[in-house]
Amino acid sequence: MKINLVINNIKKEFNVDPSEYLLDTLRNNHYLSVKRGCDSTSCGVCTVLLDGKPVPSCSILSVRATGHEITTVEGIQKEAEKLSGYFGLEGADQCGYCNPSMALAVYALKNELENPTDDQIREYLVGNLCRCTGYVSQHKAIKKYLGDKA
Amino acid sequence: MNYLFEIERTEIMKVQQYYNASSLEEAYQMLLLSNKNMIIAGGAWLKLSVKSVDTLLGLEHLGLDEIVENKAQIEIGSMVPLRQIETNPALIELASGILPFAIHNVMGVPIRNVATLGGTVMGKYGFSDILTALLVMNARLVFYHLGEVSLEEHLNSSRKDKDILLKIIIPKSKMSGFFKKVAITALDFAIINVALSYSSDKIMISVGARPALASLAKEAMAYFNSQSNITDDVIETCANIVINELSFGSNSRSSAEYRKNLAKVYISRGLKEVTSYEN
Amino acid sequence: MKVVNQKLPSIDGKGLMMGRPAYTDDLAEKNSLIVKVLRSPYAYAKIKSIDTSKAKHLEGIELVLTYQDFKRIPYTRAGQGYPEPSPHDKFILDEFVRYIGDEVCAVAGHTNEICEEALSLIEVEYEVLEPVLDFEKAMNHKSIIHPEPEIHEMFPIGFEPLKNIAASYQMNVGDVSKSLKESEVTIEQSFYTQAQSHAMLEPHTVNARIDFQNRLVLYSATQTPFHVRRIISQTLEIPLSKIRVIKPRVGGGFGGKQAIHGEMLVSFVTLKTGKPSKMVYTRKEVFESAYTRHPMRIDLKLGAMKDGTLKAIDCYILSDTGAYGEHALTVFMVAGSKVLPLYNKVDSVRFHGHVVYTNHTSAGAFRGYGAIQGNFALESAIDMLCHKLKMDPIYFRQKNMILEGETSPIFSIMGEGTEGTAMNMESCKLDFCVKRGMELINWKNKYPNIQLSPSKVKAVGMAIAMQGSGIPYIDMGSATLKLNDDGFYNLLIGATDIGQGSDTILAQIAAEELQTTLDKIIVYSSDTDLTPFDTGAYASSTTYVSGNAVLLAAKKMKNSLFVEASRILKTSKEEILFDGEIFQDQVSLRKISFKELSNQITYNEDQKQLMVTSSYVGHKSPPPFMAGFIEINVDNQTGEVEICNYVSVVDCGTTINPKLARGQVEGGIVQGLGMAMYEDVKSTSKGKLITNDFLTYKIPTRLEIKHLTTEFADSYEESGPFGAKSVGEIGIDTPPAALANALYNALGIRITSLPITPEIILKKIQEKELLNNEK
Repeated sequence: MKINLVINNIKKEFNVDPSEYLLDTLRNNHYLSVKRGCDSTSCGVCTVLLDGKPVPSCSILSVRATGHEITTVEGIQKEAEKLSGYFGLEGADQCGYCNPSMALAVYALKNELENPTDDQIREYLVGNLCRCTGYVSQHKAIKKYLGDKA
Repeated sequence: MNYLFEIERTEIMKVQQYYNASSLEEAYQMLLLSNKNMIIAGGAWLKLSVKSVDTLLGLEHLGLDEIVENKAQIEIGSMVPLRQIETNPALIELASGILPFAIHNVMGVPIRNVATLGGTVMGKYGFSDILTALLVMNARLVFYHLGEVSLEEHLNSSRKDKDILLKIIIPKSKMSGFFKKVAITALDFAIINVALSYSSDKIMISVGARPALASLAKEAMAYFNSQSNITDDVIETCANIVINELSFGSNSRSSAEYRKNLAKVYISRGLKEVTSYEN
Repeated sequence: MKVVNQKLPSIDGKGLMMGRPAYTDDLAEKNSLIVKVLRSPYAYAKIKSIDTSKAKHLEGIELVLTYQDFKRIPYTRAGQGYPEPSPHDKFILDEFVRYIGDEVCAVAGHTNEICEEALSLIEVEYEVLEPVLDFEKAMNHKSIIHPEPEIHEMFPIGFEPLKNIAASYQMNVGDVSKSLKESEVTIEQSFYTQAQSHAMLEPHTVNARIDFQNRLVLYSATQTPFHVRRIISQTLEIPLSKIRVIKPRVGGGFGGKQAIHGEMLVSFVTLKTGKPSKMVYTRKEVFESAYTRHPMRIDLKLGAMKDGTLKAIDCYILSDTGAYGEHALTVFMVAGSKVLPLYNKVDSVRFHGHVVYTNHTSAGAFRGYGAIQGNFALESAIDMLCHKLKMDPIYFRQKNMILEGETSPIFSIMGEGTEGTAMNMESCKLDFCVKRGMELINWKNKYPNIQLSPSKVKAVGMAIAMQGSGIPYIDMGSATLKLNDDGFYNLLIGATDIGQGSDTILAQIAAEELQTTLDKIIVYSSDTDLTPFDTGAYASSTTYVSGNAVLLAAKKMKNSLFVEASRILKTSKEEILFDGEIFQDQVSLRKISFKELSNQITYNEDQKQLMVTSSYVGHKSPPPFMAGFIEINVDNQTGEVEICNYVSVVDCGTTINPKLARGQVEGGIVQGLGMAMYEDVKSTSKGKLITNDFLTYKIPTRLEIKHLTTEFADSYEESGPFGAKSVGEIGIDTPPAALANALYNALGIRITSLPITPEIILKKIQEKELLNNEK
């Protein structure tokens, strides 16, 4: 089936199997920042933005994404770079496998919640697992990023 | 009983075609056409439960994705994503916000942007937190073919005839509410969940993930509502009735005994909270 | 120090967050054949027949492999020093399947879907055998899991496969029965630990291709690229020179990738077809068919005098290695060797045990590597002993624990699979760690507990721990430094960055010694063609062993620079001063900048390439130490536990990068808390893993872990690079015992098996209430 997506503001047309998930469509077409982690909607590393909202690309059929705007981390490079600066300061990056999805989720959080509390930040990001950092350094980095209005 | 972790996941799901219906009648007719045609709601759990589908029917363009607030009730379209319900101001106000609160505990934001209330209601998942909360809010359902039916009736029925859920209606009664989910981590399914509402001296109690599907504790409700005074004894008796009248089972997540313990504790705490009871 | 001990951001963090392709599957050839494995539905069975004809004829299938396609060469998947202390007890494919998830056969095809279809068309007839699922009944069970005659140990490890014993060991210090008899107070207790899963977010991933020189090139998410190359060469009988293994960025390992997983099959497929191939484990495969932590039963007897003098530790361990004996002996020995020396003043110690085969998923290396299991048992038992002695558990530890300048006889007796290495603790700030931790958690005011409300209790608990810094005389790291024109360096290292930040800290070590900045050190690591040898990322070896290699290389490079500068400035080396930018002859005051020098020797005069290589093998393994303190709130009606804070005070010598070191500790703490509280492993009665995805196997989320307090002791290890010891594993060891001790302090209940779930806590509370009521 033919689908039309706008990926990072560029119109794309793909031919996909009706059983295909967005994660595979994106990776097959070289959007390699979108990672595979769990196959069961439960780890967060495949997160992309669909019309600006974080969604698990491993669980969205590509045919249902047609007509929608998809943002991968390539579409928010400046924000990702800024966030990575704070991650670096806090020593919050380790293996980095979940970081593109973290950047997208944090970016969406920033657009959705104004002056979030500590728990609101944690609750918003709870679906994005990290097995490396122990979360606390990430949390500090994310707070600093959210506080940076520049 | 349908609890997710005991479903053997299909490695490969095969869908022959996806079709976005242009009208409800068209969707309904296609549904009747074949047992291998089915409606997809949010699709969050699709790959965990579905193996082979001829036509997967989308309801995306049928206006089922809105929350409408009337004077007496709030109507939630079956295709409204959970996240939208969670952040809806009217629902946050209603019954101490137990519905948004219950939703808030479901996995992470990305899934809640995908999963819909319709999918939850039709999935009748035993682990569901949302159904437990909806039960004590007197939620009603509107189906395309069947018309209006209470959520309770829907959950209890084994009706297999094909139909399309259009919306979920929640009356705007003034009530205080309580919801508690107990799970191993924040991303876990419930070991047990408990919801209570209290409105004009009437209590409603439901318990889900026992691991069976959420159910109202009618005997306990009747007992509590017949008491003229709330006392420690009444609360304890009420909680005991709940754990006697509802079935509690064991599975890999928890024993029945522990589920009963938790239900008892949180029903007691919930009763105190919703009735503002202080000893 | 200008670069070392500085909180610099990791060198790869920005690029990775921005999503640059860097991980194994990002680098697979387009159109790689997909390799998929048919996995055993039985815990133990013999394959009577396999009919692959339908699968073979399916369009899009290139190859179907069964055990008949492979020469029968036993090997071990464990990536360890050679010869390995793990038995060679595995075949690439075998006619026996030994756990649910074991490999039956493999297919290579054009798409995932075609491969799945092919798998469904393969007909296998099994003779189902009685599995051994209870590791306490494995020894001398009537089912023998490894009856095959070809398998063998590489050197004596107590391997007795006909008794289902993969390894065994015994050692004595003093006379433990005599010391126990002399003790005024004794305790005896068994502890159980579970088969934790690594749950790294990048699944096991590998791909292969044949390059233009007709060599096999693998990209592998591995912790041990050099071991992978060797094991493939030995097992597929291809010359080592024909194989190149490249380790790209790796999305977490924690020991799980210290092994061969898909490498053997993709290599074989690509060699056979000439086509690139790849394998990405599904999450279910990661859980069921890769590695877990070794479950153990630890039987402890402790004896002490009434004044709190520890007299005897008697420890027997039964360890479950699952279907194959990877890391069987060594993990079990570390449960003693990196735990027992904590109490070095004890009169007598006995440590012995068996590692048995069962028909469960194979156990392997996992951060902590036995020490977390041993620590849970010993540090719980110490608290139990203290309660019996009516003695403050911190006072007891302070009286009995190892201190700077001291040693333990165990260091020389127990190594990893071999004899150990005697050493004194040149750096050991454990006493400081305990004292500082007490302050940070506010022990004085919170111990043992504070009743917050009728149903809520706050309590604290603690444990101490040690680990190691590489394996002496076995682990080797090496580094090459190359000077470029314009004055910057390439640092080529075999050391394996799997996300822990070793590329960054090794560059910091080089930059410090070379008096330059981090951006002038361009790191390339873990490519068997291009980088020098390193045993890999395991055994907390990288900072200490590879770090020392880098420091030696940097010193060598610096010497070469001085030689060149003295030639150019026509003076002797000794007369030259270097400030990082300018070489100056103190006599003539002539000078040349570092940049000019590097340009001159590249282009203008007496041109040459400056390139040096150094390697390092440890002669000891200086342990990092820590004290861990947990503060919890417990609901005594439901058993639910909230973690309020976890205080870690760590002595890892100099922290090369304090932020990254903190990341190692905190990541370890949270994995340890996962093992202590959430990560339950459940199987059906037939041996099928139920907890085989993230919906059922729960790792901690950011809502469980809100506060961690981590500090480092001021410590300097003379033998380490700039005073550093390793820090990769130490963080994981204390949480299980600290939590168990806190629960005792909260409620007077003692829980001796992991994980400690709310259900178990409540059960213990109710048992205790029942007992009190009877009284």
